[in-house]
Amino acid sequence: MKQIFSSALFGVAMATLAFTASAQAEPTKPECIAGAKPGGGFDLTCRLAANALLETKQISKPMAVTYMEGGVGAVAYNHVIGKRGKDGNVITAASSGSALFLAQGKFGRYDENAVRWLGALGADYGVLVVAADSPYKTLGELVEAYKADPASFAIAGGGAVGSQDWMKGSLLAKAAGQEPKSMRYVALEGGGAVLTALEGGHVKVGSGDAAEMVKHHVAGKVRILAVMSPERLPGDLADVPTAHEQGFDIDWPVWRGYYVGKDVSDADYDWWLNAFKKASETSEFAEERKARGLFEFTLLGKDFEERVKADVARFKILAKEAGM
Amino acid sequence: MNLEYLWQGFAVALTGQNLLIGLIGCFIGTLVGALPAIGPINGIALLLPIAYTMGLPAESTMILLAAIYCGAEYGGRISSILLNVPGDAGAVMTAMDGYPMARQGRAGEALALSGIASFVGGILGSIGLALFAPLLAGLAIGFGPAEYFVLMMFAFATLGSMVGSYPAKTLIACTLGLMLATVGLDATSGAYRFTFNEPELGDGIEFVVLVIGLFSISEALIILENQGRGMTVIRELGRMTARMSDIVKCTGTTLRSSLIGFVIGVLPGTGASVSSAISYTTAKRLSDTEGTFGKGDVRGLAAPEAANNATACGAFVPMLTLGVPGSGTTAVMLGALMLYNIQPGPMLLTERPEIVGGLVASLFVGNLILLALNLPLVQIFARVLTVPNWLLVPGILVLSIVGVYSTHSSVFSIFLMMSIGMVGWLLRKAGFEMAPIILGFVLGRLMEVNLRNALAISGGDPSILFSSTICNLLWVLAAAVAIVPFYLSRRSRRRKMLMAAE
Repeated sequence: MKQIFSSALFGVAMATLAFTASAQAEPTKPECIAGAKPGGGFDLTCRLAANALLETKQISKPMAVTYMEGGVGAVAYNHVIGKRGKDGNVITAASSGSALFLAQGKFGRYDENAVRWLGALGADYGVLVVAADSPYKTLGELVEAYKADPASFAIAGGGAVGSQDWMKGSLLAKAAGQEPKSMRYVALEGGGAVLTALEGGHVKVGSGDAAEMVKHHVAGKVRILAVMSPERLPGDLADVPTAHEQGFDIDWPVWRGYYVGKDVSDADYDWWLNAFKKASETSEFAEERKARGLFEFTLLGKDFEERVKADVARFKILAKEAGM
Repeated sequence: MNLEYLWQGFAVALTGQNLLIGLIGCFIGTLVGALPAIGPINGIALLLPIAYTMGLPAESTMILLAAIYCGAEYGGRISSILLNVPGDAGAVMTAMDGYPMARQGRAGEALALSGIASFVGGILGSIGLALFAPLLAGLAIGFGPAEYFVLMMFAFATLGSMVGSYPAKTLIACTLGLMLATVGLDATSGAYRFTFNEPELGDGIEFVVLVIGLFSISEALIILENQGRGMTVIRELGRMTARMSDIVKCTGTTLRSSLIGFVIGVLPGTGASVSSAISYTTAKRLSDTEGTFGKGDVRGLAAPEAANNATACGAFVPMLTLGVPGSGTTAVMLGALMLYNIQPGPMLLTERPEIVGGLVASLFVGNLILLALNLPLVQIFARVLTVPNWLLVPGILVLSIVGVYSTHSSVFSIFLMMSIGMVGWLLRKAGFEMAPIILGFVLGRLMEVNLRNALAISGGDPSILFSSTICNLLWVLAAAVAIVPFYLSRRSRRRKMLMAAE
């Protein structure tokens, strides 16, 4: 009896504690840092959190989005570590691209342990595209043709050598048994430039993300040969097979997540975690995610941290193989 | 071609609410354009969340953003002319002849005339967009890396005209710009060049930081220096309207520059800074027979202004027909559409004609509003010149610092801007011009990236640079623009000799 009573009391005490902790820790000035220009991927990530948290009433005031362009998030990363290490008000957008850059040491002198990884709320997936009039209908055909004549394949991506688009291209080269180093990679500015280069016949293959290519695929301007996801993607891309289905071990999820400074208190960290968890279970959140062209990919707290570290370790090997 | 969507668009753009939104957008656009460092992208980033939370429908938001974009191209000229401080990227060349005009006491005239040139460029650009957008989409995709490279060769060929009285100094300045352009991540190898392990230099030196440093900071220092020496600047405002004779004199230049600006705007890889430079240097190459360019020639003022406004309209062509951004600002606008759950793409016109039509129609309406807004306001803008130096210099500095900080949220950028400004001041004292540095910077980066991408496609075979009709046409134009002026000047000299002989 006594035991039941005390455990009940303990439960009540914990609940009260949890309640007060979360109530007290609500950030007074919630802010999301987007390490790029307005309208880019990091902006999208910030808006997803801002809208979802506000709509599900996890925050009472709208969350401000601050733009801090530079080095695909490197400037924001260094800023958070250097200036906002303790600031529990601020979360910063990140993506698998951040992990890729961390793996290559492109975020300055800091590594992936310099911040606290909070969670991911959605993902996009890598795709390989060809022009609508291209003779290749499947990934297999493309790989065969690439094998036969690697010198005639220029692969365009919307980022520099070392970026995610480049990695996707080098995975294709690897699948064709070619040295990624000798791949003819054309570094363009953004997915729009990849689309025009494909449509204009300047390059034969493009690498990009599903969300930016899907409308052009549906309109018949380009053809997506494979999605780099574990399973087929819902919606307009349901008829596009994955690379796995076509016999190639290529996957490239582009997760979109957030981190906070290293010295943010556990109470603040847990508050954000709790808010993300609650928001991510609602249907409003699912709508918000869909509206931003993202697919389900919720990974919070410790799970996310492990994922980031595993990704960085994996990317280190991949980048080395590809000659970076 | 079916213009149904456009009439539908006018019905959307001419509702009371959207007219009001257009007016607000034009005003804010002119303001962000006139303020140094803050450009249309920042204006849009600022207003987009407000528009979104206010629950404006998607087409109204697009009208607001388009109005800001066009307004900024108008506004940029104001500070270029009055203070020699370009308000935005497209207005760098406007200072070349606009500022000398202001110094000659023709500030009001310069503002009015450039306002009219802006209007012509904007309206011609809007007509081009409305009538030829689907045709021009082919042009946008026809330009690959090789074509962009040859376009830059053409631009450098027109640069020959920039060689002023000190060719060596112009070349050194241009080379300096080329060198500055190499800072940052090299996309083709993934290596960082000259960044000294500073993450903030990872993307290279920002255009805004360079322009504001070179023009605005050095200008403030020069004003201070002159003040210290007791030199007073004559500040006459002059007449507030444009002379009919000047308008007539500019007609050819304005029309040609509008065309150049529009076509370059259609190309997704280039923007207002390139188009205004090419139209200015082309105008100078073709029309500067008496050596008046750079000393307050009205044609040198009209050329970049007509071009940058036409470019803004041209940038909508790839956005609306192909669903890919034609400039930094249209990229943000495409991002804004996604906030409204509209996935931008090539089907936008068929799926949401009211958005496309409303946007195109609002460009016509917006340009009319901007002309009506800008001509009477010339009087007020021109008063900036009567501001005493003790207020003007700190004002320029504060605006520059706030502007650069607000776009990058970075203290590093401010220090970089200040250092560039000090170097710029020293260079100006040594008789160097600032514009060639900017041109070298802008064109050099595009030229390098596209040459290397073209060679990546061909596997190092340079014949790719001569492989397409567009390439070969541009080579011919480049050769022509380099050679024809010599021929023209020789002919006029011979004619003069003949006349003297008679």
